[in-house]
Amino acid sequence: MNRLAIPKTYKLYIGGKFPRSESGRVYEVLSHKGAFLANAAKGSRKDARDAVVAARSALGGWAGATAFNRGQVLYRIAELLEGRRVQFIDEITSCEGVTAAVASAQVDEAIDRWVWYAGWADKYVQVAGNANPVSGPFFNLSVPEPTGVVAIIAPQGGESLIGLVSAIAPALVAGNTVVVVANENAPLSAISLSEVLATSDVPGGVVNIVTGSPAEIAPWLASHADVNALDLVGAGNLDWVELQISAADTLKRVLPPESGADAAAPELSRILAFTELKTVWHTKAIL
Amino acid sequence: MTSSHLAAYQPDQRAASLIGGEATDANLRRYLHGIPGIDAVGLEARAADFGTRSIKTSSKRWAIDTIIGLIDLTTLEGADTPGKVRSLVAKARVPDPGDPGCPRVAAVCVYGDLVGTAVTALGSAHAVDGTDGVRVAAVATAFPSGRASLAVKLADVGDAVAAGADEIDMVIDRGAFLAGRYGQVYDEIVAVKEACRRADGSFAHLKVILETGELNTYDNVRRASWLAILAGGDFIKTSTGKVAPAATLPVTLSMLEVVRDWHRLTGVRIGVKPAGGIRTSKDAIKYLVTVAETVGEEWLTPHLFRFGASSLLNDVLLQRQKMTTGHYSGPDYVTID
Amino acid sequence: MKFLDYAPAPESQALLNLKSDYGLFINGDFTAGRGTPFQTINPATEQQIAMIATANEADVDAAVSAARHAYDGVWSRLSGSDRGKYLFRIARLVQERARELAVAETLDNGKPIKETRDVDIPLVAAWFFYYAGWADKLDHAGAGPNPASLGVAAQVIPWNFPLMMLAWKIAPALAAGNTVVLKPAETTSLTALLFAEILQQADLPAGVVNIITGDGSTGQALVDHPGVNKVAFTGSTAVGRSIARSIAGTEKKLSLELGGKGANIVFDDAPIDQAVEGIVRGIFFNQGHVCCAGSRLLVQESIHDDVIDRLKQRMQTLRLGDPLDKNTDIGAINSAEQLARIRELSDLGQQEGAERWSADCVIPENGFWFAPTIFTNVSTSHRIARDEIFGPVLSVLTFRTPAEAIAKANNTPYGLSAGIWSDKGSRILAVADKLRAGVIWANTFNQFDPSSPFGGYKESGYGREGGRQGLAAYLKPAVRSGSRSIVAAPATTPETKKSASAKKAAK
Repeated sequence: MNRLAIPKTYKLYIGGKFPRSESGRVYEVLSHKGAFLANAAKGSRKDARDAVVAARSALGGWAGATAFNRGQVLYRIAELLEGRRVQFIDEITSCEGVTAAVASAQVDEAIDRWVWYAGWADKYVQVAGNANPVSGPFFNLSVPEPTGVVAIIAPQGGESLIGLVSAIAPALVAGNTVVVVANENAPLSAISLSEVLATSDVPGGVVNIVTGSPAEIAPWLASHADVNALDLVGAGNLDWVELQISAADTLKRVLPPESGADAAAPELSRILAFTELKTVWHTKAIL
Repeated sequence: MTSSHLAAYQPDQRAASLIGGEATDANLRRYLHGIPGIDAVGLEARAADFGTRSIKTSSKRWAIDTIIGLIDLTTLEGADTPGKVRSLVAKARVPDPGDPGCPRVAAVCVYGDLVGTAVTALGSAHAVDGTDGVRVAAVATAFPSGRASLAVKLADVGDAVAAGADEIDMVIDRGAFLAGRYGQVYDEIVAVKEACRRADGSFAHLKVILETGELNTYDNVRRASWLAILAGGDFIKTSTGKVAPAATLPVTLSMLEVVRDWHRLTGVRIGVKPAGGIRTSKDAIKYLVTVAETVGEEWLTPHLFRFGASSLLNDVLLQRQKMTTGHYSGPDYVTID
Repeated sequence: MKFLDYAPAPESQALLNLKSDYGLFINGDFTAGRGTPFQTINPATEQQIAMIATANEADVDAAVSAARHAYDGVWSRLSGSDRGKYLFRIARLVQERARELAVAETLDNGKPIKETRDVDIPLVAAWFFYYAGWADKLDHAGAGPNPASLGVAAQVIPWNFPLMMLAWKIAPALAAGNTVVLKPAETTSLTALLFAEILQQADLPAGVVNIITGDGSTGQALVDHPGVNKVAFTGSTAVGRSIARSIAGTEKKLSLELGGKGANIVFDDAPIDQAVEGIVRGIFFNQGHVCCAGSRLLVQESIHDDVIDRLKQRMQTLRLGDPLDKNTDIGAINSAEQLARIRELSDLGQQEGAERWSADCVIPENGFWFAPTIFTNVSTSHRIARDEIFGPVLSVLTFRTPAEAIAKANNTPYGLSAGIWSDKGSRILAVADKLRAGVIWANTFNQFDPSSPFGGYKESGYGREGGRQGLAAYLKPAVRSGSRSIVAAPATTPETKKSASAKKAAK
């Protein structure tokens, strides 16, 4: 006799909590065969707005944490991902229709990428920052700092977990807080990831995940004056040029959409894209 | 610390109220270390800025003559003889034999035991009671080191004043200053000022040499400047000329800033004398600019500013000759002292 | 006051060899512009210096083509060390002709000869020297091994440091292997054209650098040209925004260096005399025509009165007048338009309730001049605390605690520069950490060096100029196989644009 399962309610992840969309809307998430999997929250512009507020509140603490601390927190997430392999594999096989072996390889890759990024937290400053030998009695240092609140349109194609991890991790490493619009057709990994985040040491508001329609939500993030950077990595099928134009009003730092074999392949430049270089001059004198 | 000398001469009453009581090491330290500090890079950059002023034609002519009139023509050698002093005085009276229109210097500066010789040699050119003329300044207080007992230092001063010195250039006890014994430094200046008192009740003008090269940091120079003024000095002077570095533009600037601030605070004008290391008229002009743009050109008068120099005069004279004749001059056309 | 009225000490113009009119510098030669020529004047006298050509769209196209040919045919094929050798030659020639360039810059811009001689031109030479040495060391630029240049760079520069801004743009671009089309500002094209002569003397291959003069429309045409790979712009935030919009959807890389409203923070333990000097340098250097000017003074309330007294006293020794006089500290305002803007905002400051004080300056009869001015009793809500005036006008605000200083300093959409004055090292470092500004000066201000990256946070722009990072802005990682590519912009039909706004409306 089959036991009656308890289906999960998939909600948004904002400010460390799991609210439903304030609009009350949901949309159907279907398996690769078209079978009903779940109702995911259909995030509204107000949810996006709340996410930005949460991200801004959390920024001071996250950016102000030591690099070592951030690295540790990010590594712990990898530990928890590892612990939840089965959950992720299940969701991937049902959403994407791949075999368990393939799904397993995806989960491996996602976790390994996460670990790779976690290790950068206390190192990228040494690679990207430097002293500058100015010609005068000054100590001069350039240091990359977090940009602030980064809005990300996650990759919308297959391999949703890898795409999501590849998009979020680099922004977090540098001390930014993020508002992510998840993969519309395959949001389950995103929501499971938020469960991982909620049980890890990541402070609430550092990562905010909004499921729903990127086409609907993205414009509100692009024009939002309290968002500092816009990663359009997954916005290839949207009217992304309009988004870039809109972002120009507040001079956001914009990364254009990418496609190809590995759209958001792990690279140091992805971390540095969400940093601002600060150069400080100090007078230097014995007398 | 008290001594019979303190009872006779009282420094400015404001000094006591500023310090907040007696001139103890602790009170003085609290006051002096509470003065805003100096950023050396900024100070030196500002001093360098003054060096970019381009002083030409009529301004240069005025500057040259002014510099001459502000020089304390100096000889402070162990080998000084009456003959040497007479030669120096002759030059002080007539810097350029080829041009009687050339101004006289402000003063001659000699060791205390040669003051009499200098006064005699000056004769009618000696400035008496603030009249026009050349003054006689004497170094004293065991110049240049200052390492002797207070009694010896005061006797040194007394002898020079008795011999007719118009001005006394004393040295502070740098050892005491660097060891933090600000009270002792203060008391000694007060005592020396008292020893400058003449029978008729007037005082010889007191210049306090800080020996900035030994004080080393700009913050120390600033504190020593305030201390010297609080204790009653009429002039603050950079150096003995026997230690390098002697006067520099940044150090002089920091002292002028103190004098400016003292004037803002009390309305009293204190003099500044950079000494040693100023050899060219180009350098001296930079000092004039620094004075004018820091405390105002009212300070460009012998009562408030001097150059302690020996070789500077001839370089200035060469410049003066060029301005007059239009062609470059040479060492044969200026006299040695 | 006799001595302080220094006798005139004018720098001679005899070493200049100016033409009466200048053409466009395209493909190694001067050629007539097809637009309407315009005059460039000396803002201190309002006299014409020369006629300058206007590049129309066809000229812009010709310049971009020349740059493209030079890139494909010559420059991208040269070794890094050869590129470096050209840059070293240029640096040397700038040094040789330094005096001439300084005089020309002062004539055309209005800034004092003391500044062009001691700051602008030496930095121009230094910038070329610095980047010359990078040309054959690109592996270490931070863009990975064997990075690639971008192609043709379109560069638009402002009028406040004409030749220096040109150096900031051209030197790294060339070192990295790109070719350039540069548009100088309308009111200050002269030294760029003299620089073109230097390029001829350096025997730089034709088309590697092209200089096209004109007005805003020339700049727009250049930025919009489909044949450019990189756009670098220094100027107002408003224009920066519009450029960011124009390049949306293209593959053009963009760097922007825009406006600012820098906070100069003076704590109660600051070295006071140097702080006053730093305040003066921060806002009156270059007549305040500086994007990173310390145009807001945030002074700790307990020392406000003392600092203002000292500042006023110091301002009285600022000398305003003939920019060619070596003793001038404050030169002319660059144009009538800019003067009008400064006056307008200053009047606004008075209306808003701030207290206005200006140094006593004798204003010459001809030319554009504005006496150094401070406004005290300024609040954060005043427009003169928020809007960039770009003139010798300081807004003075107070704060009580370090936290309040930081909050006020950061309370602006700009984020270019800030100054910190304190004797306490730990505080300097901690406050520097918290300030959202790309360049922070501690116990100094307005220091520049080719090795030191310069650029802003937030609406002051993005990207850095100077240093290793300034070089990386003109490079991209080597192409890897099987890697990602930028998505091509979808064809924007009126349909698409309408549906986007329709979607917005629906929500």
